[in-house]
Amino acid sequence: MTLLGQFALWAAFLLGLWCVTIAFSGRWRRRPELSQSVIRSVYAVCGCLLVASVALWKGLISHDFNIEYVAAYTSRNLPSYYIFTAFWAGQKGSLLFWAVVLSIFAAAAQLLTSRRYAYLMPYVAGVTSAVVVFFVGVMLFAADPFERLGFTPEDGRGLNPQLQNVGMVIHPPMLYLGYISITIPFAFAVAALLSRRLDTGWIHAIRKWTLVSWLFLSIGITLGMWWAYVELGWGGYWAWDPVENASFLPWLTMTAFLHSVMIQEKRGMLKRWNLGLIIGTFLLSIFGTFITRSGVIASVHSFTQSNVGYFFLAFLVVGAILSFTLLYTRWSLLEAEVQLESMVSREAAFLFNNLLFVGIAFSVLWGTLFPILSELVKGTKITVGPPFFNRVNVPLGLLLLALTGVGPLIAWRKASTANLKRQFIVPAASGVLTLVALLALGIRDLYAIMALALAGFVAGTIMQEFYRGVRARRRMHGESTPVALVHLIGRNRRRYGGYIVHAGILIYFVAFAGMAFKREREATLKPGQSVELSSPFGHTYRFTHVGISQYEALNRIVSAATVEVAKNGRRAGLMSSEKRQHVDSFKRPTFEPSTEVAIRSNLQEDVYIVFAGAVNGTEEAVYRFNVNPLVWWVWFGGLVLALGGLITMWPGGGPLAVSTRRVQAGYEAALVGAAKE
Amino acid sequence: MKAGHKFLLGAAVIVGSVGFLIAEGVKETGVYFLTPAELSAKSSADPTFAENVGFKVGAKVVPGSVRRDPNARTIDFQVSDGIKTYPVTYHGLVPDTFTDANDIEVVVEGRLGRDGIIRATDVLAKCGSRYEAVPKA
Repeated sequence: MTLLGQFALWAAFLLGLWCVTIAFSGRWRRRPELSQSVIRSVYAVCGCLLVASVALWKGLISHDFNIEYVAAYTSRNLPSYYIFTAFWAGQKGSLLFWAVVLSIFAAAAQLLTSRRYAYLMPYVAGVTSAVVVFFVGVMLFAADPFERLGFTPEDGRGLNPQLQNVGMVIHPPMLYLGYISITIPFAFAVAALLSRRLDTGWIHAIRKWTLVSWLFLSIGITLGMWWAYVELGWGGYWAWDPVENASFLPWLTMTAFLHSVMIQEKRGMLKRWNLGLIIGTFLLSIFGTFITRSGVIASVHSFTQSNVGYFFLAFLVVGAILSFTLLYTRWSLLEAEVQLESMVSREAAFLFNNLLFVGIAFSVLWGTLFPILSELVKGTKITVGPPFFNRVNVPLGLLLLALTGVGPLIAWRKASTANLKRQFIVPAASGVLTLVALLALGIRDLYAIMALALAGFVAGTIMQEFYRGVRARRRMHGESTPVALVHLIGRNRRRYGGYIVHAGILIYFVAFAGMAFKREREATLKPGQSVELSSPFGHTYRFTHVGISQYEALNRIVSAATVEVAKNGRRAGLMSSEKRQHVDSFKRPTFEPSTEVAIRSNLQEDVYIVFAGAVNGTEEAVYRFNVNPLVWWVWFGGLVLALGGLITMWPGGGPLAVSTRRVQAGYEAALVGAAKE
Repeated sequence: MKAGHKFLLGAAVIVGSVGFLIAEGVKETGVYFLTPAELSAKSSADPTFAENVGFKVGAKVVPGSVRRDPNARTIDFQVSDGIKTYPVTYHGLVPDTFTDANDIEVVVEGRLGRDGIIRATDVLAKCGSRYEAVPKA
């Protein structure tokens, strides 16, 4: 099977090279059979990589430990679903996973894009194939997933226990899907530049793709937070680690892009900026892979580090030079069609939103790279950590949250005073009321107060938008409220799906603010001893150590420490946190011991217990107890955001659908009518 | 004043505040990342350095030097880069990756006392080799 796999990789490599060469030579413009050939080779590359993937899965499933990758990441006693996901557990498999998924996306882009954009497609094929060729090349020349060992080990080394978690089964592929799908919008942008067809055509062609990759990135990041929270055991979900930052960076610029393309569509402005953003987003996704794989920046996440990182660095530099040079040569074709008319307009709000997104991205990039930069400039390494990122990004994030409430309320072009008054009274009142309530409750943390009050304001904005939309439909069509709501969203998916995404973001902010009030206590307890911890919501928890039990499970030896939890004096149940020593099928330990956190979650707060170890083999246990407020809302915010994202990208009902236009016209007529009253 | 100019002014304010926040953030929260040898050079050049300035030291744990006191939740060990060795004391829970294996790399954040002991405020550990450190049972 490895021979077949390697053969398939070589075939993909050569076919990809053919595609790239023909696509960029431009010869296909006069010869339709060549343009056919370019597009067919995209499908062929996809087929080859599917074959290679099946070959790797076959090796994993049949425990062929003669294959280095199989021996390194699986073992006989590994549960079968982890054998399946071991495909992307290691670097070499990740590269193959990346290549095959990109080739599937590339083929889908060719299949699904409307014939209207046929003039772009061979260039798109060329760009996607160039990226695929790079990944396949790295595998062929530096990290062959089918490499065989000189001997066959009896058993493999097994999967890192921290990766043996449901979150880890879905999180990496989600994040990868996000990273990988960025290539498609990037390819369309480059194709538009190469073909000099720089109207909004390419933007319409990639609308769904940008939403897809944004959605995958969002889900991937949220799942990553969840995994870090339940698996790493330090009590939080975001630590501004370089690896986390690497996933956050393209998300930021992609989000900026999703907003700024609306200005280009409606007003013909920001053409250069949009191209710059999408190129930047693509480069940041490659940069993320570079820093996680090269080890140039120390991270607590231990990825395999190898010279593969430097392939990515080279690719990053070449990609940046080529795409920005291309953008520069088309500069004069990208004049804005109109100028900004007023500072008090939707356009201006979006511009500031974009500046803030890019500002945040820049500060995160700067902080991540600072150890390297300071060493280059001053000769000493200086690092910055979470305090830096919070100091810089909390104020910027709050400004952005405020704009989330402002943007949807301001008219395009130029907002009148009457418009402002009409739009802002309810949301502003909602914000002020929240503020007063918070102060009355005695909350004094400045940033938390600001976050929650602004959340109140944004919630006011979103509810007002839904309320007015529903009211307009009820008047126009005589529908009942629930029907009107469903139709409102269904017929105007982009707008109301967007508002639902905003609601998700708002929930995140509230949840993040909650973490400002977390409580923590460490204790060493003999069986029967207990400690108390009071929560920010005023509950008192009492933790009584019951004892430590030891047992063997499928592929691990477990020490479980059990605590009886009482909440406000009433028994709330037992919670067990475990120390696991994973073993291979000969009962030899593999990896360092890992901790399994005990979490009990409700809408207010999580009780989070970490068993840090037993005292000298006795039943005396060392614990850390946390009460983490509002964590559940992070995951719920993620769900709301994903739902909103799905609504905006659901097929059909695009901006051209007649029903939508009619509803919009109705809504606007109602607005005008109301304004005149 | 045209809207475009007003916007540029607003943009300048945003860009300026981002720049200010970054510069201030680095100044206030940045810590040196040193090897034990560099730490020794710095503290002998400027004796007040070690006490006044926070830093991180990246080094390997000296094998056999780890002393744990579970009751006080304190851990003492030595770190070395082969040139200089420093004793470290830490009160708190160390991560799972901090084992008694032979080749663990740690990043210790803290301050250096007059007695030459690093008082750590945070300890991060990374297993140097994921696959070779399998001890025989």
